[in-house]
Amino acid sequence: MSSMKRYDFDSIRERLRGTQGEELWRSLDELGDTEEFREWLMHEFPAGADVWLEGLSRRGFLKFAAASMALAGLTGCANQPFEPIVPYIDQPEGRPSGEPSWFATALPRRGFGTGVLVKSFEGRPVKIEGNPDHPASLGATDAIIQADLLGLYDPDRSQVVRKGTSIGTWDDFSREFVPVMERQRLAGGGGVRLLTQTVTSPTLRAQIESLLRIFPGARWHRYEPVNRDNVYAGTRLLFGRPLEPRYHFDRADVVVGLDSNFMTDDPGAVRYAREFSDRRRVDDPETSSMNRFYSIHSNLTVTGSMADHALPRKPSLIAVYARALAQHIAGVGGGIELARDDAHWIDVAARDLMAHRGRALIIAGEGQPPPVHALAHAMTAALGGIGSTVTYSRPVTDPESNVDSIRELAHDLDGGGVEVLVILGGNPVYDAPADLEFARRLAKVPMSVHWSLDEDETASKCRWHVPASHPLESWSDLRAWDGTTSIVQPLIAPLYDTRSAHELIGTITGSPMHGHDIIKGFWRTFGPVRALLPPSPKAGGAPLAPNPAAEGAFASWWRDTLARGVVAGSTEPDVAVTSDPAAIARLLGEPWPAIDESAIDVAFEPDPSILDGRYANNGWLQEVPKPITKLSWNNAALIGPDLAQRMNLANEQVLEIAFRGRTIEAPAWIVPGHADRAVTLHLGFGRKAPAQTAEGVGFDAYPIRFSDSMTFTSGADVRATERRRDLVSVQHHNTLAGRDHVRAATLDQYRREPDFVREPEKEPKHDETMYPPYVYPRYAWGMSIDLNSCIGCNACVMACVAENNVPIVGREQVERGREMHWLRIDRYWAGPLENPSTFHQPMLCMHCEDAPCEVVCPVGATVHSSEGLNEMIYNRCIGTRYCSNNCPYKVRRFNFLRYSTRGDEVMELMYNPDVTVRMRGVMEKCSYCVQRIERARIKADNAERPIADGEIVTACQQACPAQAIVFGNANDPQSKVKKLKDQKRDYGVLTELNTRPRTTYLAKLRNPNPELEKG
Amino acid sequence: MCNAQIDVAQLFSRPGSININILLAIFLIGGPVLTLLLLWVVYNSPWRTLQGKPIPQPVPFSHEHHVAGLGIDCRYCHTSVETSSFAGIPPVHTCMSCHSQVWRNATVLAPVRESYISGIPLHWTRVTDLPQFVFFNHSAHVNHGVGCSTCHGRIDRMQMTSKAVYMQMRWCTNCHGDPARFLRPPDQVMNMAWIPPPNQHAAGQKLIGDYHIDTTHLMDCVTCHR
Repeated sequence: MSSMKRYDFDSIRERLRGTQGEELWRSLDELGDTEEFREWLMHEFPAGADVWLEGLSRRGFLKFAAASMALAGLTGCANQPFEPIVPYIDQPEGRPSGEPSWFATALPRRGFGTGVLVKSFEGRPVKIEGNPDHPASLGATDAIIQADLLGLYDPDRSQVVRKGTSIGTWDDFSREFVPVMERQRLAGGGGVRLLTQTVTSPTLRAQIESLLRIFPGARWHRYEPVNRDNVYAGTRLLFGRPLEPRYHFDRADVVVGLDSNFMTDDPGAVRYAREFSDRRRVDDPETSSMNRFYSIHSNLTVTGSMADHALPRKPSLIAVYARALAQHIAGVGGGIELARDDAHWIDVAARDLMAHRGRALIIAGEGQPPPVHALAHAMTAALGGIGSTVTYSRPVTDPESNVDSIRELAHDLDGGGVEVLVILGGNPVYDAPADLEFARRLAKVPMSVHWSLDEDETASKCRWHVPASHPLESWSDLRAWDGTTSIVQPLIAPLYDTRSAHELIGTITGSPMHGHDIIKGFWRTFGPVRALLPPSPKAGGAPLAPNPAAEGAFASWWRDTLARGVVAGSTEPDVAVTSDPAAIARLLGEPWPAIDESAIDVAFEPDPSILDGRYANNGWLQEVPKPITKLSWNNAALIGPDLAQRMNLANEQVLEIAFRGRTIEAPAWIVPGHADRAVTLHLGFGRKAPAQTAEGVGFDAYPIRFSDSMTFTSGADVRATERRRDLVSVQHHNTLAGRDHVRAATLDQYRREPDFVREPEKEPKHDETMYPPYVYPRYAWGMSIDLNSCIGCNACVMACVAENNVPIVGREQVERGREMHWLRIDRYWAGPLENPSTFHQPMLCMHCEDAPCEVVCPVGATVHSSEGLNEMIYNRCIGTRYCSNNCPYKVRRFNFLRYSTRGDEVMELMYNPDVTVRMRGVMEKCSYCVQRIERARIKADNAERPIADGEIVTACQQACPAQAIVFGNANDPQSKVKKLKDQKRDYGVLTELNTRPRTTYLAKLRNPNPELEKG
Repeated sequence: MCNAQIDVAQLFSRPGSININILLAIFLIGGPVLTLLLLWVVYNSPWRTLQGKPIPQPVPFSHEHHVAGLGIDCRYCHTSVETSSFAGIPPVHTCMSCHSQVWRNATVLAPVRESYISGIPLHWTRVTDLPQFVFFNHSAHVNHGVGCSTCHGRIDRMQMTSKAVYMQMRWCTNCHGDPARFLRPPDQVMNMAWIPPPNQHAAGQKLIGDYHIDTTHLMDCVTCHR
């Protein structure tokens, strides 16, 4: 069982050469045709996945069986228990019970605001959606924002004030803390330190500034483990001041990414994904055009997977490629030797960029050092991109280095002069650079206070831990990366006795106030314009004169701003910058570090799901399979196939990674398309705080992350061991048989051969069926998914989980193939092992016209509706699982155990009241968000009109940053979905079975450069 | 051994053993049938379904007095019945809009006054409670000609509110399968005393058209189960 399976890479490569890059494959196991893969393919519920968690004796089984028989007949006899109805004392106007209301607010992601609309039902937030008026959202969200709903209701959340291990109260805390601060104030505050994460909130900034005036000797430090230091240092290097770049992918014809994951990591990622995808929509083969994306990257990310041309190279080498590209663009001499193919690649990319002056963009990733950023900006500038594909504005957060800031703090802690340390969010004991030994130094502070949502590693090392209010239950304000400000309004009163950061600062400064009064007071005093003065702690100075705006005008401004979710006019204006033509040559002339080509790089990246670890306790995010690896409840040392072959490594084989005397152990995972001589480690795992969801999941990479190599290092020693640690990847779960689930072509092929997706020889005739003919006089619901837009980011999966009360099942159940996601994203590869093309295919119930599941249900629990929905009726289901066996798409999910959290009084609040919470023993699957269809229908019926196109938006469609999913009435020739289905690229999966799926796909198109395609 | 068998056979005469077999058969088959029948009757009796049985409430609110006696419209208290899935239970404020003037000192209204002063809401007990896998929408019904009394009975005659019908799915599908039997003109929806006219089926058929009711969708499972 524990023997490691090694792949025969040579024969796999041989086989792939034979396919000419046309055959799709899911994994090395599939290519190697291993037993494990065949097992998953042939058996939907594999042999190892029996029902019982532990062994059960025959005798025990009979006892259970007898008891179930005896009780089976009794369940129908009991009346439902009486249920109270609790009316309001005084009902707010316009808020009828039983109907949801929507509120605009914003949620932080790495400190930057994303505008959202939150659905509230009887006072409980139940769903988060994007705010179309907000520039960082445009109506969509990413997976993390969707899952933040669970963060509010997380039963592991910090709920009480703690002093050491004993429970205290806020009064206890104030009694001890306020006198200490008073002594500090009299002494000038020299012993006070404040540590925050990224702060974009104008109010919090003003509060901290006024705190610093009360305690003039105090210092404010900021630390974010995954930060934008390199971005700001890069712009400082080129333009002389730190600036926030704002990319405009809608104007870019040619994009070159230098280890950039702009579609999920940047603060503007959701918008960028939308703009990028918009440039890849091909409605008409003749007239539509596509952008072209070249990506040089180390780890294959969501962004890299969208590349037309990828060049996987280890992170330290990317600077070399950037310089080579810059030399071409600046037309200066060589000195850089690249392999012949690579030099050709760079040459072609450079010529493509230069052929698109003003519409070219080069973007460097957050992990790359500042000179690479500077070079990228200088290249874009030289190609006329400034003002077109990129603009710049003042950063909304402090651009000073996070690492320097926490290093100074650590130094001060060592000096012993620090009496009070207030940690306002964050978990430095866990995520501070390893060389700072933060935990040891923290112990020297007599009065340390930790304010956080979680009782994490830092909480237990501080004298006091005080619980934080979730952004959905507190007043605040946040700015997006472009400056757009939103007022954060609470959707619910704090579930526990928690306080917001604003309220805590109020306590510290001795003026405790309610969060609402603090926020509203700030905006009243400083007004919509004055509040947005440039962030500079020194220029803060004395309070500004009160805004003379009349109270009435303010009240209406306040109401409108809350309703819209965006402070009008708060976007930072563009800063005019110039980059002189010699800048590239100057940058190239700087001393660049020598690269050891043979060394193995170790890169530290934020996890695609749990980021730097702050969402580690979120079960939704832990369970959702990661975009490329499809790992769930794990992280791994991601390596490329070349390295695996050279070191004779197998999946799950434990690697020892040693750096400067510290060693971590990490199981290997081979990722096709990952750079050679590089290991990518995702941060945020290996948590040690007890009794938490995240405890013991994965390994911790922070112990070898040092302050001088925060994003990657070349000096680590990677050794293989003969041990193995199990990883859970769902890449083989629900494997579809047959071929061509994803159909793809290049844009040129599509132009030449618009019917390339058709396979007339395979298409059965519609009348070759024993199913009754259905007629749909009014609505025929259907869905179209554009594989060309889909970036595989998981936002839809998380939205579906939140909307449809999909349960978390846990690592052990996922391993058995029992994950409950109604919507999964299948990832396929095609082409060579070391640099394949990647395809993402969202898979959900196809709502077949002639559905194989319907005819095999013995109790009529899954039936055809008059509008073509494949209905799943939980109260009829007896759990035979025949339907799932008969489903060729493997999209049905069975509740093997009682996965729902019904009965948990906090988790119950989170449920969408429009969707039944399923019990053990029933089947479930995508319903096309039928609850949304029915709500829209009742609304339309009451108004005596038909349902309009676009009125029903499924949860997945709503969340999709790339707008890849469209739902609607396929009967209506004017509907958007019908028009998409009429496109030539439209095809159905497994249509050779004559299932006639209602969900169809638009084929994936690539836009490769012909010069590279031939090579 | 052989002898013993003969002895036993001699103890019982043949006809006698047949009678015992028949009795045994009646007992074995009839017994369970009778028991099931009895259970069925008990199961559907008001003793279990609580049909017509007043449910105890914190305040002995009389619909008869307020509706029939005072002529207050349903929607005065159940404000969201035409716009929401939930008809709405009046906030205490609504009670007090009259009872701060009339019956100010009535003992039975003490819980209402206390709730209004203390801010702690009243806890009424739900009379009609559907299972959680059933999704019912009031607005969809009252806007399309389904009268209050069709489901709630003669509320205007109830001193203490009770369930008028035992809502099993077959009862719902009575109407969902053939709505023409129950539909009323818009102005009769709130009329407690409405009785179907002799030509109800024809009138109902016309109303289906007038209300634009999609009768095929009415019998789709997802209309009520999601």
